[in-house]
Amino acid sequence: MNPEHLEALRSALDKVTGFIYPNEIELHWGLLIVIYPYLTGLVAGAFILASLEKVFRVKAVEPTYRLALLTALAFLIVAPMPLQAHLGHPERSFEIFLTPHLRSAMAMFGFVYAWYLMVVLLLEIWFEYRADMIRWRGRARWPLKAIYGLLTLGSSDLSPEAVAFDRKAVYAITIIGIPSAFLLHGYVGFIFGSVKANPWWSSVLMPIVFLFSAIVSGIALVLILYYVTSMARGKVPDMACMNTLASFLLYALIVDLSLEVLDFIHRLYESEESIEILRELIASKLFISLTVVQLLLGTIGPIFLLGFARFTGLVDELKRLAYLIAALLVQVGIFSTRWNVVIGGQLFSKSLRGLTVYKLQVGGAEGILVGAGLLILPLVILYGLVKLLPPWDDAPAFREAPAAGAAAPMAPR
Amino acid sequence: MGKEPSGHAIDETRRRLICELAKLPAATVLLSLTGPVRARAEGDEETDEHHYAMGIQIDRCIGCGLCVEACKVENDVPDEPFYFRTWVERYTIYEDGEVVVDSPHGGRDGFRPRSEDEERRVLRSFFVPKLCNHCDNPPCVQVCPVGATFKTREGVVLVDSDYCIGCRYCIQACPYGARYLDPRTKTADKCTFCYHRLRRGLLPACVEVCPTQARVFGELEQQASPLHRLKRFEPLHVLKPELNTDPKVFYTDLDGVVR
Repeated sequence: MNPEHLEALRSALDKVTGFIYPNEIELHWGLLIVIYPYLTGLVAGAFILASLEKVFRVKAVEPTYRLALLTALAFLIVAPMPLQAHLGHPERSFEIFLTPHLRSAMAMFGFVYAWYLMVVLLLEIWFEYRADMIRWRGRARWPLKAIYGLLTLGSSDLSPEAVAFDRKAVYAITIIGIPSAFLLHGYVGFIFGSVKANPWWSSVLMPIVFLFSAIVSGIALVLILYYVTSMARGKVPDMACMNTLASFLLYALIVDLSLEVLDFIHRLYESEESIEILRELIASKLFISLTVVQLLLGTIGPIFLLGFARFTGLVDELKRLAYLIAALLVQVGIFSTRWNVVIGGQLFSKSLRGLTVYKLQVGGAEGILVGAGLLILPLVILYGLVKLLPPWDDAPAFREAPAAGAAAPMAPR
Repeated sequence: MGKEPSGHAIDETRRRLICELAKLPAATVLLSLTGPVRARAEGDEETDEHHYAMGIQIDRCIGCGLCVEACKVENDVPDEPFYFRTWVERYTIYEDGEVVVDSPHGGRDGFRPRSEDEERRVLRSFFVPKLCNHCDNPPCVQVCPVGATFKTREGVVLVDSDYCIGCRYCIQACPYGARYLDPRTKTADKCTFCYHRLRRGLLPACVEVCPTQARVFGELEQQASPLHRLKRFEPLHVLKPELNTDPKVFYTDLDGVVR
């Protein structure tokens, strides 16, 4: 047994207020399980943003389409890592695929994840980039040439028919992808929402609240990435695009806040047995992370900031800066949201008679360092993806005249 | 085949051989289809008849903590006060209506009088032994992603520690706080009704050592069982009935404040 772990439990024992069941001193889902829904939320949100352009024909956000897809992929690759790392027996995790217990919501993870990765994201990105990759393969040198060769899967058809088919395929996959993205993150909400033993989690609204917070976080992330990458490349971010992103972020935030408020009022009005302990939880342990960070800093603040910047006559530069700050605040807020769900749900006893504490460690598997690593890793992967598959609309393949064989100009995506 | 000698005896032998061979795959298919039935036949046949449950008579519990101690020893439960397969809670109801609950070390060392009790008037006080409820509709079994936790034919909920991946979803799903993660095996663990003892015809350790027979163990459905008697003569209650988990640990004299 890990003596440090036992020492932490002992010190937690002293900080318990009221009564908790003796087995509840150990808090089972820590920082890693906070990060998991945060990451999948970003995936779903980024994808839904990408689909705005493809399915709902919101042309203004076109410059972010490819970036959003790559972002979704980078974060999706990392999403299962915190899950895997928190298992008591990571080496047995494949059993979820081999012998899933079909009545368990969690057993569906593998299938939902695989479906989303293989059928939606990878396929859409492949069709989206196929023609470009063929062109890049033609120009690149070893070893990039080989990598593009591998990525194109041997395809070399640049005929207008083939390119038209690409576009059709992307459209079809996006249509399948929207419900899939909803499934991916709604499912994560269901994991929590279906635990009837826990009154903080158990709510039919949980998957919906998760979804909208996912959309909020995804749009905000792509906005940040679009702004930062444009600046880094010495370009001015497209203002129409930034404005549209900000508008969508604002609307999503308002829906998200409404849902949260609905959940809150509903609990208060029903005033079930658990209300007393939940009231105590919100007023003490979660005051900073829920009221201050999630609600004021992460939701209401950005709503005002976005509303002000979007609908007043600020100069573009200030507008963009305001959007960026709002989007950063949203990230902090949504991370806090995940924290408040996952950790908050374990800070009160199922006896409804007491509260316990969660002490974040710096080192260790569940520590801040590993957590920070898992949050940075997707950005590193994204950097690699962007280098390999440039998502910019001024990338060489776009600028150039179509290759000799291809009669049609590179179709606008 | 037509070229073969058509002797009656040879034909007969061949026919039998073919019949026997044909039976092989058929038998394999049948056996695999009837897997559960086969497993049943191999096991202890008597266990088919068992439907175990526990009754706890709250008015009899003196909070001595022997059951907690016996359980820790019998089942090699980690010594530290964060891991319990069974524990005892003390409820103190004061005249002003305040309810105070405590369970120092799970009640393992018994209970000392509360210091504040000298100043305030206690209306009532009682002990409530707790353990896994071996629910008939167990949320822990429902959520296990690999089926490592399961209900036996006798209605006992068990964890296969060789199979558990340590995701701890079952711990979250248990409304009674009956589960913990064994820090040595990194798998979920909880009361088994001393399944290893039951299979040998013995009582669970906590039942065996209880000096006041506050814990009654037995068959839920057999007339001769002490539990059945308890059911006939005492109104029984379960914990958190509103969650529809259908517990098989029944309490007599259960106060409404107990959760």
